[in-house]
Amino acid sequence: MEEDFVLMKGNEALAEAAIRAGADGYFGYPITPQSEVMEYLTAAKPWERTGMVVLQAESEVSAINMLYGGAGAGKRVMTSSSSPGISLMQEGISYIAGAELPVVVANVVRGGPGLGTIQPSQSDYFQATKGGGHGDYHLLVLAPSSVQEMADFMPLAFDLAFKYRNPVMILSDGAIGQMMEKVKFQPQRPRMKDEELPGWATTGKTPDRERNIITSLDLDPYRQERFNRKLIEKYQKMKEEEVRFETFQCEDAEYLFVAYGTSSRICQKSVQLAREKGIKAGLFRPITLFPFPEKQVGALADQVKGMLSVEMSAGQMVEDVRLATNGKVPVEHYGRMGGVIPTPDEIVEVLIQKFIGG
Amino acid sequence: MTEEIIIAGFGGQGVLSMGKILCYSGVMQGKEVSWMPSYGPEMRGGTANVTVIISDERISSPILNAYDSAIILNQQSMDKFEKTVKPGGILLYDGNGISRHPTRTDIYIYRADGAEEAARMETTRTFNMIMLGAFLKIKPIVELDNVIKGLKKSLPERYHHLLPLNEKAIHRGMEIVQDIHVVKKV
Amino acid sequence: MADIDIKDIVKKENIVYKKTSVLTDNVMHYCPGCGHSTTHRIIAEVIEEMGIQDKTIGIAPVGCSVFMYDYIDVDTQEAAHGRAPALATAIKRLLPDRFVFTYQGDGDLAAIGTAETIHACNRGENITMIFINNGIYGMTGGQMAPTSLEGMHTSTTPYGRDPGLMGHPIKMTELVAQLPGTYYVTRQAVHTPNLVRKTKKAIRKAFEYQKLNKGVSFVEVVSNCNSGWKMPPVQAVKWLDENMLPFYPLGDIKVPEK
Repeated sequence: MEEDFVLMKGNEALAEAAIRAGADGYFGYPITPQSEVMEYLTAAKPWERTGMVVLQAESEVSAINMLYGGAGAGKRVMTSSSSPGISLMQEGISYIAGAELPVVVANVVRGGPGLGTIQPSQSDYFQATKGGGHGDYHLLVLAPSSVQEMADFMPLAFDLAFKYRNPVMILSDGAIGQMMEKVKFQPQRPRMKDEELPGWATTGKTPDRERNIITSLDLDPYRQERFNRKLIEKYQKMKEEEVRFETFQCEDAEYLFVAYGTSSRICQKSVQLAREKGIKAGLFRPITLFPFPEKQVGALADQVKGMLSVEMSAGQMVEDVRLATNGKVPVEHYGRMGGVIPTPDEIVEVLIQKFIGG
Repeated sequence: MTEEIIIAGFGGQGVLSMGKILCYSGVMQGKEVSWMPSYGPEMRGGTANVTVIISDERISSPILNAYDSAIILNQQSMDKFEKTVKPGGILLYDGNGISRHPTRTDIYIYRADGAEEAARMETTRTFNMIMLGAFLKIKPIVELDNVIKGLKKSLPERYHHLLPLNEKAIHRGMEIVQDIHVVKKV
Repeated sequence: MADIDIKDIVKKENIVYKKTSVLTDNVMHYCPGCGHSTTHRIIAEVIEEMGIQDKTIGIAPVGCSVFMYDYIDVDTQEAAHGRAPALATAIKRLLPDRFVFTYQGDGDLAAIGTAETIHACNRGENITMIFINNGIYGMTGGQMAPTSLEGMHTSTTPYGRDPGLMGHPIKMTELVAQLPGTYYVTRQAVHTPNLVRKTKKAIRKAFEYQKLNKGVSFVEVVSNCNSGWKMPPVQAVKWLDENMLPFYPLGDIKVPEK
């Protein structure tokens, strides 16, 4: 049975899962700490296995626009990059959101701003969840916390992207990208056949239909506003149908860690350490960062005495936790930056210091 | 059971692959495992290290600052990681090139001169397997059978003819490891 | 004579010229005398004549021709400024039996999209690139383009383009011809009937070559921008002949080896 598992880096698992998800194309540009994605793909030769196209672009700008073109043709396309590269892609992501195209973008986050560091960080939360580029839009954001989830979220991301005709981001970090864990893959899904491509795609205008146009441009203010409203409705539907989260020892918790991705794993250990000290701690882990599990976090505000948002950032998700709890409970932030990863015991100390005293 | 291990040395000594083989052995034994390397400029030469966790339970943090065991293969790593071993934990090191030997008295210290031993074998690339053997002699967290299976899974098939040599190296490591300091039970 | 009705004249058998069915009935927003309209028509005619409307995907740029999809009746994607070759790369690789063309102006292709242009050409993407060079930014109101001539007056070079300050006009077409990934590279114009016929032949070849899978077919069309140049159409055409063409000479730059 253990034979079914393979040991892989998060980046490699993402790549293998993309092939198995029936992806049609990967377009990317090397950047640490995610270069293994394209390295794995070029070694695995998916063009022989499934016909998937893999192309190293001249820049992240070009890569994201290749996604625009490929998704506009109705295909399952994806890219991966890390923070500075994702910043460079923001123009394209905005256009993709504006043209309502289904793409998957994986961000293996490193510390910033600027060139920053190549070490893991969670400092791109705002960029990922609040839009990132210009204009009113959101990505649907999935935050894996293990190598297994790097693999599992890949087909899910494609499904959600096509369900909503919206870009989906898989937001991990250098730790999850670089670490190896056991992973079990889902079976190979077929790539979409020509006749299965969505009706809106630019595949060539046949006599039985009007030409398809993929654009984000509308100079009529009222039509553009109508379109903006349509996007808002789409995001509302995501809030109703796509919220995903995980709880750990929340049932009797008096204090709650709120953390995602790598931080959530560290906090899981903090929960154990806190409970050894007699502190009833629990962990709430958002899996979708947009839509944020605001109702669930809000409900826990009635139960606990305090929440500690633990992030590898200067304090970004904490704003969403505060919005969700709406002043009902004290919410504090604890973060490490620059590639420093908080340790389980220092998190417990902060919890004691901020809420319990002594 | 949860065993938290740091393996540290020069790039090229087989640090990362030793960790990977240990992880695969754990997988073969039905354990949860995680392998978290240092990455970045140092992985293009210079020092390399990897955190390996083998556990019966789901692994929480893959990144640690204190370890049950440290396998130290050069001086820089000794300077950096000796202090991170938990009291009562284990430090195993290769004596080659070490000028400042470990001095802690609250941990178990072992030495295996793997580099020297590897020079006597068909290829010095057996070094990391000698050190793995030495470690498993001290701390048999995985069964030898599973290590062999793990090796097989970890090595690309074109290297499978080297499996007997690697197994031999593991046994050599088990033979040459020596106690340097044992914590006295009070 | 007075008994002749218009209906007696507008009859099938009397038709001497017909708009191609691949052009829509939308009224074009281009200025009178602009080369875009003519070039759109030529492309649409070629698509009709080759019978590839159901297999053609166009990429519109940012610039005056941003609304190309309102006029040419094929599936079209609107690219971000300069990125058309990246879109085309992916579309063609994912749908290799389709005909994919980009339509780009000089700012789009030769300034902001230089990297995408060079690398699509260098990879030898099996696409057609149509490059409208009128030496100015038309849509934004007549600013300097990378192809603006030395001394040319634009709204951002009000005293004339000084190469010492603003650099030299770039000959993008000669540049991409150097790359092994381009198969057919030519420079044409559309301001006289004869040149229109030649350009149409060039664009036809450029589309036909996609069947061979040999790389980029690149057609520059030197055009006039009456409003950007601030000239009436007739004067603009004369200015084009006297100023643009000596610097951007017409003709094939790279032709397939026989």
